[in-house]
Amino acid sequence: MSATTEAPPATRREPQHRPGNRRTSPLSPGRLGLYAALLFFAIIYLYPFLIQLVTSVKTNADATDNPLGLVPDPFNFAAFDRLSSTDFPLWFVNSTWVAVSVTLGRVFFDSLAGYALARIKFKGRSAVFTAIIAVLAVPGIVLLIPKFLVLNQIGMYDSPSALVVPLLADAAGVFIMKQFFESIPVSVEEAARIDGASTFRIFWAVVLPMARPALITLTILSFQASWNELGHFIVASQDPGLYTLTKGVATLTSGQLGAGNQFPITMAAALLMTIPVAIVFLVFQRFFVQGANAGAEKG
Amino acid sequence: MTTATADPATTTTSAGPSRRRRPGGGIHGQQARSGWTFLAPVLVILGLFLVGPILLALWVSLSDWSGQGSPLSSDVGFVGLDNYTQLFGDSGLIRRDFMTSLRNNFYYVLLVVPAQTVLALALALILNQKLRARGFFRSAFYFPSVTSSVAISLVFIFLFTGSGAVNGVLGFFGIDGPVWFSEPRGVIHLLGGTIGIWDPAAPPAGLTGSSFLGLSWWEWLSGPSVAMMAIIALVIWTTAGTFMLMFLAALQGVSTEVTEAAEIDGATRWQKNRYVVLPMLKPTFFLVITLGLIGTWQVFDQIYIMSQGGPAKTTLTPAYLSYQYAFQNQDWGIAAAMAFVLFAIILIFTGVQRFIMRDKDAIAEKRITRRTAKARADRDGDDPYVDQESIGIYQATTRSSGGTGGMT
Repeated sequence: MSATTEAPPATRREPQHRPGNRRTSPLSPGRLGLYAALLFFAIIYLYPFLIQLVTSVKTNADATDNPLGLVPDPFNFAAFDRLSSTDFPLWFVNSTWVAVSVTLGRVFFDSLAGYALARIKFKGRSAVFTAIIAVLAVPGIVLLIPKFLVLNQIGMYDSPSALVVPLLADAAGVFIMKQFFESIPVSVEEAARIDGASTFRIFWAVVLPMARPALITLTILSFQASWNELGHFIVASQDPGLYTLTKGVATLTSGQLGAGNQFPITMAAALLMTIPVAIVFLVFQRFFVQGANAGAEKG
Repeated sequence: MTTATADPATTTTSAGPSRRRRPGGGIHGQQARSGWTFLAPVLVILGLFLVGPILLALWVSLSDWSGQGSPLSSDVGFVGLDNYTQLFGDSGLIRRDFMTSLRNNFYYVLLVVPAQTVLALALALILNQKLRARGFFRSAFYFPSVTSSVAISLVFIFLFTGSGAVNGVLGFFGIDGPVWFSEPRGVIHLLGGTIGIWDPAAPPAGLTGSSFLGLSWWEWLSGPSVAMMAIIALVIWTTAGTFMLMFLAALQGVSTEVTEAAEIDGATRWQKNRYVVLPMLKPTFFLVITLGLIGTWQVFDQIYIMSQGGPAKTTLTPAYLSYQYAFQNQDWGIAAAMAFVLFAIILIFTGVQRFIMRDKDAIAEKRITRRTAKARADRDGDDPYVDQESIGIYQATTRSSGGTGGMT
């Protein structure tokens, strides 16, 4: 159960681009075109983020007069000052506890359900699995108004729990966990079962630690999804004290702060709300990107 | 979908007396108990916040509930399909709004789905080459897919202002960019004007004279408005990254033996991609287009933040219109009916796509790619892994749905 270091992805790459390999002519027209295309897309993909970063430390006038410029003249942190005097800090706090609760709930409940569907034999299992797949097919946006109706009906509307509870489980997460548990050899559990361990104990102490790659993947996906969620928060509450970042910042564009040319403040807000996800992304990006097939449990 | 609430009691008793298993007794009984206990939280949450809402909304769409009190109280009347006929049958503002939103969203889907698919494939083909800093570029292209739609929309509002960065770049090429978000004119109208088919200011009477479902043919043929084009650009830019990863995973699953055989046979790089690699990507195309269709019909976040349906209702979409009718007009029956029609549209579009792209080989091919992927994973050391496709599906469903976290 020791946390072995994962094999860095680089080791898996076949050592093909060595000198002496046949396709090393450095700048054939094809290669040149390839790098030109790469450069073009890199500019398209990175420039908006650069502009966002730079504009947040510009003055309003500079942002308007010089929207493409990457050098603020002068540097000006007024946007951040003004942002801190709005409800922005409150929204940040709300987003944090909501995203953390949703993530913990999803990871735990989805694993439980995924394990039951993958390993526990009981009647009705395949019917439940079919139902969960059917649920995946329901477009989320169609549920926006219906969800309000139910929250309102059961008296949960406009309460903190309304932000969290409906998001605590999701069909896609159950699916990911089920797939993963099925790939773990059954033999691992049998020893524990013979020793008389309860199903929950086998799940918690034996199987779950082996599911680290899937758990990390689901943690990241859930955190990112709940941090970025907008629709649900719009229909779940109206109390300004319960605004999350997405809902709060969206009001910046329509409210007085969005009036005129106050772009530095909206860019600063966009920047700050991107940072937590960016950190998670940078730290765990190979789980986002590669599908996490490295070092689960070898010890 | 009501099967989600399948009752454990009925399923165990239905086993019948011929089975040796008695409910609650022996190892099987324990298994069943723990099985349902493990599933309980997910079933309760999905039942209460997914199946429940659908049923309640179905009732509201057939009722005259005004938003006051409970929709289940006795003074709420059953009106049959009245709300639905208002969307399609009765001429009036509601039908006009709804048809406008369908038109807008249709043009949006028509542009976004092919463009994001092609862009994703192009990025994946580039990154599938041997390049320096490949990981860096992959992250750069993918990053917008993980950032908040609110943050990205704010950035794009700034980029697309009249004096913004986009018009600045267009200025380099001598093009006088429009004031994007206050320009309601449709691009087909404008293009037709440029090439001289018609004069957008004085449209042909043949098209304005007759109408279909409340909109004149001239209005149906507008194309997406200039304002909508800005949103289209944003969405293509944002979502291509997720789909790029799916294509990239599939490309890496294409065995080098096959491509090398093509090279030995003297195929050019283009021929190799077109006739060898591309056909092997068909299952991925299918997935990407399906997810694209599902996502694009649900566009909401970007409209909510950037345009609120304006200018001149040219960025209204069914999802946003339904929200407006519910929360602003308190027209809950109409709003719920719109949601169900939208659901039906998504089912129809994905069904038609399934039919068009049907291919007996596809299933077999998919099985083969699965098998090779699994073989590869086995070779890599028997570690269980999370497959790329599920992550992509999770990403695509949570993201382009307009942000309804997961599919809860």
